[in-house]
Amino acid sequence: MTDLFSKFDPLIELRTNLLAHGQEDPFNLVMERVISPTEAVCNGRPTILLGTYNYMGMTFDPDVIEAGKQALDDFGSGTTGSRVLNGTYAGHRAVEDALKEFYGMDHAMVFSTGYQANLGIISTVAGKGDYIVLDIDSHASIWDGCKMGDAEVVPFKHNDIEAMEKRLKRIPEGAGKLVVLEGVYSMLGDIAPLKEMIRVAKDNGAMVLVDEAHSMGFIGPNGRGVAEDQGVLDQVDFVIGTFSKSVGTVGGFCVSNHPKFEILRLVCRPYVFTASLPPSVVHTASTSIRKLMHAGNKRAHLWENSRVLHQGLRDKGFQLGTEKAESAIIAVIMPDLEKGAAMWEALLKEGLYVNLARPPATPANMTLLRCSLCAEHTAEQVQTIIGMFERAGKAVGII
Amino acid sequence: MDRAATAEKIAGIIEPFNKKGVEITDASTFAGDLEFDSLTVMDFVAAIEDEFDIIISMNQQAEIETYGQLIDAVVKLQG
Repeated sequence: MTDLFSKFDPLIELRTNLLAHGQEDPFNLVMERVISPTEAVCNGRPTILLGTYNYMGMTFDPDVIEAGKQALDDFGSGTTGSRVLNGTYAGHRAVEDALKEFYGMDHAMVFSTGYQANLGIISTVAGKGDYIVLDIDSHASIWDGCKMGDAEVVPFKHNDIEAMEKRLKRIPEGAGKLVVLEGVYSMLGDIAPLKEMIRVAKDNGAMVLVDEAHSMGFIGPNGRGVAEDQGVLDQVDFVIGTFSKSVGTVGGFCVSNHPKFEILRLVCRPYVFTASLPPSVVHTASTSIRKLMHAGNKRAHLWENSRVLHQGLRDKGFQLGTEKAESAIIAVIMPDLEKGAAMWEALLKEGLYVNLARPPATPANMTLLRCSLCAEHTAEQVQTIIGMFERAGKAVGII
Repeated sequence: MDRAATAEKIAGIIEPFNKKGVEITDASTFAGDLEFDSLTVMDFVAAIEDEFDIIISMNQQAEIETYGQLIDAVVKLQG
């Protein structure tokens, strides 16, 4: 039968074939119990978590949990309203204040998810006749933001400064320009040369948006991200971030120094036409963000974990996404989807959870096993993880 | 640059991307006949943009399905 679902047939077939061999479904894992930021019971097995983006391990922080419980008691389970109607509580203001302080910026706007933050800001800021110049490896939320707006969309090759500059220079005189970059690219865990790219963008009269979802909390002296680390945060017009990684809950935000920034609250549709975050979420987020301001030791330990795992996997003969650890994401490149899925399952049976990433989410049609480290992983756990990779890699025939 | 001269230049640029040596006419489609995947499209578009010093935005690319439409678009974009 042919109907609107026929276009999904190739994907349905791919999945059916994969699962027919007894493969556990990589996209249907259930965590029955979560013990800590680094351990859970998955599909019935005690498992070390190495694919959660829970970089700073804030999900079980006692102060964070207490703040959430208190907010449930004081403000109830949800706001049942938009930020511009009945959905702005004291906690929403408080978390925006915490963000302004964290980034040292004048304005902060909180969205219900990180996805909506990109969707909303990009589609609203760049309108008809404007140009968006963006890295080809940008996250889906950035692409969807471009698609939702009416601007002309001009991609350039990943991290290629010259390709970006050429495109900026070809934009017709007088058109508005927005350059969209990410601090850390989440598929390979590589970082952007923001210092040079932002200089080029500014020289060509563009505004700059940087998504720092995967760097907040631990890259840069104050954990403000890659732009801070490279000394160019003051040049960034919009920083996009999320609460669902280092902050340890859910939600998204944009911080900015633009004097007219607040008007976005009235014109940004993904901000207006959705319910605001529940009080418990914004209270956990602001408590977590304030603790992340003083997390220097945790940052140092997370870097140590990332470097040790990168070196360890490399020494065992795995092919990795970057030459050295550039972030807390270590991407292990698989020969193909079948081997990648087999390796993913072998690791799960060893007691290790990582992310299986496949095209079209990945660059260059790669299949990746993506590991994201946590500041709460112990040095011993990291060694255990390397041993699990070695055994699974040999069993599957990758090393 | 007129259509003939533009077409000749594009014919030279597309050659290394036409890995299967498909015979190209104005009616050839990039996705179907030439089997260009998204990565090939990006590299090919970049090569065209650099040669003619133009921008072919994603919005414009969405309207270009055939080789002939590409030539027409490049002629137009050169102004």
